[in-house]
Amino acid sequence: MRRLLLIIVAALVVAAPAAASEQRPTLGELEAEVMCPTCKTLLEVSDAPVAERMRVFIRSRIAAGDTKSGIKDKLVRQFGEAVLASPPKHGLNLMVWLAPMATLVGGCVLLAWLGQRASRRRAGPEEAVDLDADTEAAIALALADADR
Amino acid sequence: MAPRPPRNPLTTAASIVAVTLVAGLFGLLAWRVATTARGSSLAAALAEGDRPAAPGFELPLLDGRGTLDLADLKGRPVVLNFWASWCEPCKAEAPRLQAAAERYPDLVVVGVNSQDFEGDARKFVSRYGVTYRNVHDRSGAVLKKFGATGFPETWFVDRDGRLAFRRIEGEVTEATLAQGAAALGVR
Repeated sequence: MRRLLLIIVAALVVAAPAAASEQRPTLGELEAEVMCPTCKTLLEVSDAPVAERMRVFIRSRIAAGDTKSGIKDKLVRQFGEAVLASPPKHGLNLMVWLAPMATLVGGCVLLAWLGQRASRRRAGPEEAVDLDADTEAAIALALADADR
Repeated sequence: MAPRPPRNPLTTAASIVAVTLVAGLFGLLAWRVATTARGSSLAAALAEGDRPAAPGFELPLLDGRGTLDLADLKGRPVVLNFWASWCEPCKAEAPRLQAAAERYPDLVVVGVNSQDFEGDARKFVSRYGVTYRNVHDRSGAVLKKFGATGFPETWFVDRDGRLAFRRIEGEVTEATLAQGAAALGVR
């Protein structure tokens, strides 16, 4: 019960700032999540005329009480999806999110498998090989010769 | 020679996946380079005296009255002007483009507004008394197709839909507009 309570509190601690940011975004937050369409850099580092105009627009939408996603949607309607610093998680853009994760998981699986194979090789064959009587006698003779 | 031990199927599968992934990434890189270079190759071809086909587009009209398809203007000479409301030289040249549109009725002047708020663009059109057609290139895709690197930029398209005269980077003057119109056979 205590563990469940801890998990709920932890989830609230993580989710609360995100929810507040969505409902009451700041100019700084949006400047870090939106691109300047002319200079292709984050809005926060751009002083292009269009960037200044975008700041004015964002300030006016914040004052009007828009949510963060609402403001972003309005910017996308004017400048296209390339205005978002992080590509949206749908369509072909989903590949940008999934490919690194798939590569990471695939790489870990491959490394684990290669490591397992290498350690198996170092340990030698796991099962003893059955030899016939003649071969065993020949080996014993060869070993005895070598000892002499 | 000792026979080669049989390959593990997992090794084969991993190799195929790795090669496919690398080939895919190279393909993506090649596509990106090819599409980026297209615009500059248009300008280079034009500078060498060729008449490359103008990249096609269909964009919404700024006044909200449907769309404009460049292909529909085939048979008529066209001046394509890329602009944005926040661009200072665009403000200076707008009256010259308007004057050219009035002086040469055969010439179709089309403004391509990009990297701009539609509302600002409409105010600009109204403020400078622009009556020629203007479209809104929301994503900047047409801008990219032509390889435009800044505003304003002007291209001339002949009656066959081919680029002609030369690419004007920066403000157009009355003289360059007259030369462009003459190159398109407009008097």
